[in-house]
Amino acid sequence: MTAVEVRDLRRAYGSVRAVDGLSFTAPTAKVTAVLGRNGAGKTTTVEICAGLRPRDGGEVAVLGQDPWHNAALKPSIGVMPQAAGSGAAGVYPAARVGEVLRLFASFAAHPLDVDALLDRLDLARLAGTAWRRLSGGEQQRLSLALAVVGRPALVFLDEPTAGLDVAARHATWSLIEDLRTAGVSVVLTTHAMDEAEKLADHVVVVAAGRVVAAGSPAELTRDDGGTVRFTAVPGLPVAELAGRLAASVRETKPGQYVVTGAAAQAALTAVTAWCAERGVLPEHLSTGRRTLEDVFVELTA
Amino acid sequence: MTALDLTPAPGAAPVGRRIARHASMELRLLLRNGEQLLLTIVIPTVLLVVMVHAPLADIPRPRSNFLVPGVLALAVMSTAFTGQAIATGFERRYGVLRRLGASPLGRIGLLAGKTAAVLAVEVLQVALLVAVGVAVGWRPHGSVLAALALVVLGTVAFSALGLLMAGTLRAEATLAGANLVYLLLLVVSGIAFPQSDFSPSVRSGLRLLPSAALADGLRAALAPGAAIPGAAVPGRAWVVLAVWAVAATAAAVRWFRWA
Repeated sequence: MTAVEVRDLRRAYGSVRAVDGLSFTAPTAKVTAVLGRNGAGKTTTVEICAGLRPRDGGEVAVLGQDPWHNAALKPSIGVMPQAAGSGAAGVYPAARVGEVLRLFASFAAHPLDVDALLDRLDLARLAGTAWRRLSGGEQQRLSLALAVVGRPALVFLDEPTAGLDVAARHATWSLIEDLRTAGVSVVLTTHAMDEAEKLADHVVVVAAGRVVAAGSPAELTRDDGGTVRFTAVPGLPVAELAGRLAASVRETKPGQYVVTGAAAQAALTAVTAWCAERGVLPEHLSTGRRTLEDVFVELTA
Repeated sequence: MTALDLTPAPGAAPVGRRIARHASMELRLLLRNGEQLLLTIVIPTVLLVVMVHAPLADIPRPRSNFLVPGVLALAVMSTAFTGQAIATGFERRYGVLRRLGASPLGRIGLLAGKTAAVLAVEVLQVALLVAVGVAVGWRPHGSVLAALALVVLGTVAFSALGLLMAGTLRAEATLAGANLVYLLLLVVSGIAFPQSDFSPSVRSGLRLLPSAALADGLRAALAPGAAIPGAAVPGRAWVVLAVWAVAATAAAVRWFRWA
């Protein structure tokens, strides 16, 4: 059984179609990363799946059930809403870390050990601190703890590592990996490519409310000819080089170029010759596999 | 450190435990909030003590017979309406209502927990105000049962009004609006100041306010000589409160937005 199955999902806010015919599946006991730019429709999709928001159309099966107004499903899913920007992570500002975690634990029949969970996320020393006195990263970690304390079978994490420092980010990643090992299905949103590449078994790339690619990171980054990357002055006429190589050439950021779809040796020769013709020096010239970031930029540019 | 067993084991706790734990959280938050305590405890108590002793208004003697039922009505209004509206408005803004509604507590459990916390605060308020009332010479008379029924009906009406406000307006607008309504109703409802300065036609209009109906009803229920439960309470007080309770509940169900 798949943990989440979404078909032709639609949701509009006024005249803005936030989600516009989106379909994907999230496998059981795996980590699925929904990857997209801001405004791509990730949060709306996850909130609909988590039962936080109604949909306009399409079909959603979460653990085989419709999530909207489904009391029977609630104990089986954990939700970490997005906190960045909205300020609406869903915690009483005056409630203390320990008491709010104990509150959410008390809603569950077989909750996790609260003290062990606080320890695990390095929150034990903050147990008596009010939510509003926590830093952004501490709030994120508590919000993650609230999502998992009821021992759900499926968790939705909306940008779980946004605003975290390196150590907290790794603690979060390690907990997500342990959840997967324990058999929990995880659906997370991110715009951090390294996070998707490191954590996800399955990546769903979303742009403008639709899925533009889906697969494992290995499937998505597979390519035949390898990739050549170089840095030079911005604004070179890449179409000309692309025509000469019969390959794809993109300026991913000003002055940063990526050639894909050509044999590496031929691409290297062509790039150096083409740059020499224009009196431009290609720097940081390198070859290698595509990264998820390359794929993402190609798909969502 | 205890090892964490993250293996899925979904299941909701019994509904009574969920609601009781949520109510206890809400109650702790109310008692920890200085502004809430000012509104629900300090203002009614200070008003009672000051008005009993200070010749600020033309109140029939003994003044405590007029004032104690009045501040009890104010206590209900402050907790069920003003305090609840402000807290709920900000909880809506911060996504607390949405997150708890999506948790195994659920929306019904959330409302039940809030109601239980409001009733618990009212018990504390009544105990304190009755004690202060007795200290300044008031003696309870009449029907406790009728007074309790009025308090419950008033709580339903004011809670629904508070939730209606919190669920439709921005949090800041609720904060300002709920305080303004509290102040206006305190002045015009015959809670601590008699309505005798208003013209008869204005007065009959003001009697239709839920706060006026609650204060009048409590005054009649707790008046000397009203031994038969509820008999002394004017039918108008019951009807006015019941109409407010039904209408405000229907409006809150219709227009309340959780996020």
